[in-house]
Amino acid sequence: MTEKTVPMKTQKAIPATRGEERYLRPPVDIYETDDRLTVLCDMPGVKQDDVNVHIDKGVLTIEGRTGLNPEGEAILTEFALANYFRQFELNDQVDPDGIQAQIKHGVLKIDIPKAEQAKPKKIPVKLG
Amino acid sequence: MRYVNVFDEMNLLKRDLDRIFGDWNTWDFPFSRISFLPGIAARQYPMINLSEDGDHYDIKALAPGLDPKKIEVTVTGNTLTISGEKVSTCDAVDQDDYHRCERAAGKFIRTLELPSFVDDKKVSATYTDGILSISLPKAESAKPKYIAIKEG
Repeated sequence: MTEKTVPMKTQKAIPATRGEERYLRPPVDIYETDDRLTVLCDMPGVKQDDVNVHIDKGVLTIEGRTGLNPEGEAILTEFALANYFRQFELNDQVDPDGIQAQIKHGVLKIDIPKAEQAKPKKIPVKLG
Repeated sequence: MRYVNVFDEMNLLKRDLDRIFGDWNTWDFPFSRISFLPGIAARQYPMINLSEDGDHYDIKALAPGLDPKKIEVTVTGNTLTISGEKVSTCDAVDQDDYHRCERAAGKFIRTLELPSFVDDKKVSATYTDGILSISLPKAESAKPKYIAIKEG
């Protein structure tokens, strides 16, 4: 008589539909000047390496990851750091190659230059 | 064959609901306050986490976009005061040029009473990534004294 150890069929669970992490919608300022759009975004707790700005199919995505909350015994907790995520749809009148982003003191600044055809042009009027 | 783990899903749903209803004062509300909204919220700016670690108190204050030179932190006895100003970009740019202006700004002051006295000469504060961290060593008089017990 022989005994066989038949391995149980391993079944893969479908990944959970909800993620473990929290995401917040950071507040932004967006203003437009003649040649560019400027986005300012408050993302406290995000380091330079943990911020991800990309543009895909005309959608600007801002994503920032924060570190873990501090250890020690909490006495008063008013906030919990979480990741940040926000998307904006841009029209085709921007120059996606010229976008620049920098983060300083928890504020992300994105410079979006306008495409040439979207910049205002002044047409000189001649005296007839 | 793939299957959905119903119990995992239910646990996740419970966790999300707990986040919404259980600790709303640290989760749902503050995020409207990151932006320093006026009114009731402005009274509690910046938001603070206070923790205790042996002989230190550690404070983290959520205050993005400040000039570190203009943040004022003062300690008197067991009272800590943080004040400063978040400069508004909305004033510098013409109102008509704005698409969104959600990051409100202004002057703030917040005073916090600590659970015990601190050594005001050794308090240190750093400002990184929009978070102000203040480390406050407890005063000698506030630390517990261990009394040796003699055998009678």
